[in-house]
Amino acid sequence: MYQTNYHRPSSVQEAAKLMSGATEGKYLAGGMTLIATMKQRLAAASDLVDLRHIAEMKGITVNGRSVRIGAATTHHEVASSAELGAVCPAICALASHIGDPHVRHMGTIGGSIANNDPAADYPAAMLALDAKIITNSREIAAADFFTGLFETALDDGEIITAITFDAPAKVAYQKFPNPASRYAMAGVFVARRDNGDVRVAVTGAGSNGVFRHQGMEAALAGNWSPDAVGNVSVDASDLLTDLHASAAYRANLIKVMTKRAVAAA
Amino acid sequence: MGVEGIGARVARKEDKRFLTGKGRYTDDMSVPGMKYAIFVRSPHAHAKIKSIDATAAKAMPGVIDVLDGKQLTADGIGNLICGWMIHSKDGSPMKMGAWRPLADETVRYVGDAVAVVVADGVNEARDAAEAVIVDYDPLPVVTDPVKALADGQPQLHPEAPNNLIFDWELGDAAATDAAIAAAAHVTEVKILNNRLSPNAMEPRAALGIYDSGDDHYTCYTTSQNPHLARLVMSAFYNVAPENKLRVIAPDVGGGFGSKIYIYPEEIVCLWASKRTGVPVKWTCDRTEAFLTDAHGRDHVSTVKMAFDSSNKITALKVDTIANLGAYMSLFSSCVPTYLYATLLSGQYDIPAIHANVRTVYTNTAPVDAYRGAGRPEATYLLERTMETAARELGLSPAELRRINFIRTFPHQTPVIMNYDAGDYEASLNAAMAAADWDGFAARKAEAERRGMKRGIGMSCYIEACGLAPSSAVGSLGAGVGLWESAEVRVNAVGTIEVMTGSHSHGQGHETTFAQLVADRFGVPIDSVNIVHGDTDKVQMGMGTYGSRSGAVGMSAVAKALDKVEAKAKKIAAHLMEADESDIVIENGELKVAGTDKSVPWFQMALAAYTAHNLPAGMEPGLKEGAFYDPSNFTFPAGCYICEVEVDPDTGKTEIVQFVAADDFGNIINPMIVEGQVHGGLAQGIGQALLEGVHYDPDNGQLLTASYQDYAMPRADDLPSFKVSTSNTPCPNNPLGVKGCGEAGAIGSPPALINAITDAIGNNALTMPATPEKVWAAAHAAN
Ligand SMILES: Cc1cc2nc3c(=O)[nH]c(=O)nc-3n(C[C@H](O)[C@H](O)[C@H](O)COP(=O)(O)OP(=O)(O)OC[C@H]3O[C@@H](n4cnc5c(N)ncnc54)[C@H](O)[C@@H]3O)c2cc1C
Repeated sequence: MYQTNYHRPSSVQEAAKLMSGATEGKYLAGGMTLIATMKQRLAAASDLVDLRHIAEMKGITVNGRSVRIGAATTHHEVASSAELGAVCPAICALASHIGDPHVRHMGTIGGSIANNDPAADYPAAMLALDAKIITNSREIAAADFFTGLFETALDDGEIITAITFDAPAKVAYQKFPNPASRYAMAGVFVARRDNGDVRVAVTGAGSNGVFRHQGMEAALAGNWSPDAVGNVSVDASDLLTDLHASAAYRANLIKVMTKRAVAAA
Repeated sequence: MGVEGIGARVARKEDKRFLTGKGRYTDDMSVPGMKYAIFVRSPHAHAKIKSIDATAAKAMPGVIDVLDGKQLTADGIGNLICGWMIHSKDGSPMKMGAWRPLADETVRYVGDAVAVVVADGVNEARDAAEAVIVDYDPLPVVTDPVKALADGQPQLHPEAPNNLIFDWELGDAAATDAAIAAAAHVTEVKILNNRLSPNAMEPRAALGIYDSGDDHYTCYTTSQNPHLARLVMSAFYNVAPENKLRVIAPDVGGGFGSKIYIYPEEIVCLWASKRTGVPVKWTCDRTEAFLTDAHGRDHVSTVKMAFDSSNKITALKVDTIANLGAYMSLFSSCVPTYLYATLLSGQYDIPAIHANVRTVYTNTAPVDAYRGAGRPEATYLLERTMETAARELGLSPAELRRINFIRTFPHQTPVIMNYDAGDYEASLNAAMAAADWDGFAARKAEAERRGMKRGIGMSCYIEACGLAPSSAVGSLGAGVGLWESAEVRVNAVGTIEVMTGSHSHGQGHETTFAQLVADRFGVPIDSVNIVHGDTDKVQMGMGTYGSRSGAVGMSAVAKALDKVEAKAKKIAAHLMEADESDIVIENGELKVAGTDKSVPWFQMALAAYTAHNLPAGMEPGLKEGAFYDPSNFTFPAGCYICEVEVDPDTGKTEIVQFVAADDFGNIINPMIVEGQVHGGLAQGIGQALLEGVHYDPDNGQLLTASYQDYAMPRADDLPSFKVSTSNTPCPNNPLGVKGCGEAGAIGSPPALINAITDAIGNNALTMPATPEKVWAAAHAAN
């Protein structure tokens, strides 16, 4: 790791100020991605501004069906929140399958979303739940937030402070893990609201990162059942081919995971 | 056996240290003035080095020096060598290309070391390593061994046209071809054995200490065989003469073969310590380990197996191309030859066998022995072929195997080996009973109702362990003898130290070797210490690999114990004025049989050292040494049965049952044996289901250089194993033991692939059986 300066602010404002004073600063959340990258010398932050000790960024509040999760909330806290589980069990289940216990006790929802790894789990949940990404300066709809591989709508120095969403009536997440990394080779988050609105968000498979599958959504809006998925075609040409799986196989996984998610919702 | 003797389930003595973080590994070693080394490595798979400019790096803070291959060459440090000579069938010797510890002209794989930085700290060394400017002239690359043999491909070493290292054969080609021509049925298959990364938990490390006062070197290193390291570094690499070089392999966290070899880094640390005047330590990081630890397997084979009309095998013909990577590692040549083709008879009576093996250079990391070494390749090839043949012939897999089992011993195979003992049907029956083979059809039907495809597969393996009779391996080209040595020192208070040339890096020798002593003298194992891993403390040794520590290492201890026992009895007889032939040793006492006269063990030991009252002419003291050279290999064998469920929608395989029935001969500690089998199975299942090293064929970049991309087996990939043993004692060593370290990794891959192919109804599947491959094969079958 290259030399770096560590800062521990106790408010969002202080964090933003520290960042604006740094030459090549980086926010540090769980460090599960960032520290590993720095150790490999693939990232060289002059300053690390730690977001884990800011009270306003932590914790989960559930009000009726409206949910707010502080950006510095760990995967473990999400996985084990009974309140959240009562209205949106799928996001708890999703968090409970990220990495291993060490990763879940360190990694945060804000860090995961800011990083926007194309195989990460949370981005699919954000899209399907129609979540809002709250930052220190604005609210960004999930639909506008994830802009490409490891790319987001965040401006330099902008801090995600929380995410909010209204929990849909039916939700489920099904993930087919990559056998090596256990990130998603294809992960599908389905959500159906009482008004009939259906969202199907896919992670791990898109060559441009997380995306919604319109064909699946249309079919499931008409007929919310696993059978409805059978006739939907998944175009492999927009999907990722890598060492682990071809686009054609990922296309198959998307169908299978969608089917299973609908069955589980 | 007693509570701590042979056959007892004694908890491992060494585990307290390991489980409480008190292990002492090479990286834990610290000496005054010690500095840190970081290697500058080639980012190219093949390139000429035009120049190396370390001016800026040398001027950086904390940097002691930057050394390169030209300096190493100037100082007379030798090439890394392969220590087993193989001759091609035309009589020409293998083509060993030069492997410089620091490349001075050409780099041949990504990770090839070109320079070393020595600095005050690891970070300073890393900073400086980034500042070393190496000007490369990239050359074309070849990573595929079949392609590398063709005309017009990039050439790695001038000594080896078409990258061919040797073209070797074993067996009778004419008899084999004739039997195939006359056969009632011939099964033909193409077999790929995937390339694996060893992934020991502890990465490699070395600490080189040069003492100018005595002109003496000390090397702490992660070695499975410190004496061999000393021998090779002295005799071939000109680091220092043996009497001026001490090699210490302290606690070592796993090897699986990858720590047998002497790598560039330990040589360079020793040399750099002399050049810089400071002790130099290097610890590999995980990326470097993926890049530079010797890989395993990587074979491409075609097979023909001939049967007569009663389904007896009449011949086996094998053609194998083995990828040895960019350079010939220490034992690389014997793995795809004498550790492979000699096992192609398996458990079967096969009258004619012919194997042709070509080994090839490619722009990839060197390939050498990895848990099983050659024997997994033979077993996978044979057991996949047997399964295929059974399917083609319409026989049950067990029936075809029973028809062909060897049933009388000793048995001379057509490929050198002479099997001494075994009962293959006993293992098969035990495995089938434990697996409830007969109930499989019902389980399959039940799985079908859940939409799952269930399959069952078996594998009957044999391996040659207890490496190895020195004269036999010498006649086959080995550059060393494969005996083992031991010393047993009884102290004046009766406690015992055993100095063994075997090296424990996970095997539990500190427990099992002590059990041997406890068994002999009836002393508690806590009064026995096992000393290993230090060339200054242990007289001589050949180290641990090839499941040799029990059969060879412990046999050496047993021989030394014989001598101690004889002298102890003489002393006791003298003290009790009895006849030495009447003395028996029991529960820590030397007794005169049939009387109530006895001398406690410690009192006899004290008498040996006070020497006040010894038999006339007897030397004082009680310390004996022995060398043991085995008269034959040992032949562990067994039957593994795997049952799987494949999800046809995703191709994901779940192992629902895994049964291992092994014949390891006599067993010293069943708990440790089970642990060895479990670990071996995990590695074999890893190979079959998950693991695979991939290089980009166009540029030779390693694509699987981290655990993000290299799939290691984890606990939830594995079932709870059902293991059992049915043992025929080995007639060729004093303990009747055969060895258990590699069996799991040898026997399991074919059982698993046989089960998956049974489940999906398509025999065309290669390792690792990733979900995508299984899914595609399952759909191709329908
Ligand atoms: C072994 C392992 C397995 C894993 N498996 C999975 C998996 O299966 N699925 C999965 O989805 N993920 C997985 N992860 C990733 C894990 O979820 C991480 O938690 C996540 O990628 C990053 O979160 P973090 O809190 O650790 O962020 P950090 O690593 O601290 O930061 C990541 C990036 O986000 C930025 N950042 C962090 N917080 C904020 C914020 N509030 N506002 C703006 N920018 C911010 C940082 O500056 C940095 O650039 C795994 C990680 C590991 C190490």
